[in-house]
Amino acid sequence: MITTAQFWHALWLSLVVSGLATAISAIVGIPLGVVLAEFDFRGRGAILTLVHTFMGLPPVVVGVFTFLVIARSGPLGSLHLVFTPAAMVLVQFILAAPIITGFTHASLQDVDPRIGLAARSLGATRMQSMMVKAREARSGLIAAVIAGFGRVIAEVGAVTIVGGAISGQTDTLTTIVVKLTRQGQTYLSLWVGVVLIVIALIVNVVLTRLQSAKGKAEPEKRVTGYVS
Amino acid sequence: MKKAFNGRTVLDVERLTVEQGEVLSILGPSGSGKSVLLRALNLLEPLPQGTIRFFGSEVQGLEGRRRVEVSRRMAMVFQDPLLFRGSVRDNVAYGLKVRRVPSDEREKRVGEMLDVVGLRDLDGAQASTLSGGEAQRVAVARALVIKPEVMLFDEPFANLDLPTRHSLQDETRSILLERGMTAIFVTHDQEEAARMADHILVLHEGRIAQEGSARDIFYKPTTEFVARFVGVENLYRGRVDDVTDGLARISVDGAVFEVATHAETGRGVTLGLRPEDVTLVPPEELGATASSRNAFVGKVTATEIRGPLVRVTLACPFPLVAVVTRRSMEDLGIAEGEDFGVRFKATAVVVIRRDLAAPVWSDPGGASENA
Repeated sequence: MITTAQFWHALWLSLVVSGLATAISAIVGIPLGVVLAEFDFRGRGAILTLVHTFMGLPPVVVGVFTFLVIARSGPLGSLHLVFTPAAMVLVQFILAAPIITGFTHASLQDVDPRIGLAARSLGATRMQSMMVKAREARSGLIAAVIAGFGRVIAEVGAVTIVGGAISGQTDTLTTIVVKLTRQGQTYLSLWVGVVLIVIALIVNVVLTRLQSAKGKAEPEKRVTGYVS
Repeated sequence: MKKAFNGRTVLDVERLTVEQGEVLSILGPSGSGKSVLLRALNLLEPLPQGTIRFFGSEVQGLEGRRRVEVSRRMAMVFQDPLLFRGSVRDNVAYGLKVRRVPSDEREKRVGEMLDVVGLRDLDGAQASTLSGGEAQRVAVARALVIKPEVMLFDEPFANLDLPTRHSLQDETRSILLERGMTAIFVTHDQEEAARMADHILVLHEGRIAQEGSARDIFYKPTTEFVARFVGVENLYRGRVDDVTDGLARISVDGAVFEVATHAETGRGVTLGLRPEDVTLVPPEELGATASSRNAFVGKVTATEIRGPLVRVTLACPFPLVAVVTRRSMEDLGIAEGEDFGVRFKATAVVVIRRDLAAPVWSDPGGASENA
């Protein structure tokens, strides 16, 4: 039986864990995606292949590997991460970061490379021209973050393995749905699922608004307006 | 300056000098190396071989902060406006922002520049909503607002309709002259090259084919490539029969041209004649033209309407192209199969240095190097 307090705790934990994991993934993944798009270096192809592979990794497999590393007998066992929210953030970071990196890279590839040239012709440094290109790819970058968040807010397997789905401690909305369904409380589990969908919707609406801020005058296809 | 790409020479310029305050047009067909040259000068592309001196200092091969410092003294406008996401004001202010110009000065300069290019009313408009002409005006404003010492233009008006293109050409030229700005203008359009600059450089396969005033380039081309490129469509190989008082009689394909030149007797030459310099006379005046200098009878083999003008091809028996207005075509009754007299002045024919690889219409064969 899930109490109201446990539900609210799970809701709060879901938001915090997934929010934090997405934020850290964005802080790491967006610059990494920019570097992969902007620079040509040895091993770039291999890194991209790795990123694309990790984008599709089965979450439970990621959960198992992470568990083996952070378990008391594992190499990071001394950090006492297993069955804690920190472990859940870690595993969700491993799931979200490749997605954000991959989408960031793809978005920047779509930006007209001459935009960077135009910025440099106006005196921009390399970093400044990269910022211009990142702004051009803003819609894609926000979509990357939306995709990353979507991946982790819906996650159940990996967080169960590393977090333990301990009631009142490491339960998330998704683990509660599983528990309620197993207990035969399908109706209740459906309601929790609806809450999950509403959260995903709200986050998507907010991020989509950010994506299209000033976007009403910014059609997806740039109007270059030739032969006026 | 030398640059090759995939084994092909894209740039091979022995020497190019642009004086302060000068506007130079670099003219050439697509693939002639114009844009490569411009990007190399703007330090946007590496130059594997050669030297670039910017106001006396060598700048090729500079990296990092030093390269940025030099490139910030120049600005470039591209064929596409390449405007950034944001408003017109954001775009025009960009170069000032990267230079950390204080915001009040930035606002003032952006406002003034928008007035200069006539876009004050569109200052808050999103860049993506602009027409082609407006977008290119913003691109020009964005470059000029930073007060560069050198402006570089890479075919900035190529994709615009004719009236907009002419309007922007005039405005840009006017701004450059008012500010005494040094500028290099790259184009494939001869009219634009002449309109924008007094000094023109013709580029062919990465090399300078000819350099000079618009008059020199268009009326005294020194190679067959330049002649063809600037519209000297009538090209002939001939041999000088005799020269008297600066007037040469030159055999061309069974006919004799009289040309104002000091070429040596017996010399093989290549002659060029602009279609606009050919006069067509009515059929009933054919008899009267027989004794005129450079007067021939020809049969019209083709007519091609090009807007307000008509390109008339004749067999005289050497092939000849003339250009007349549509009104003249109607008045004279020019039609395929009709005989017409053609006439051109001895001074209209230009003696060109021969490009041995380029075929011309008439080649008597065995002709030696021309004068």
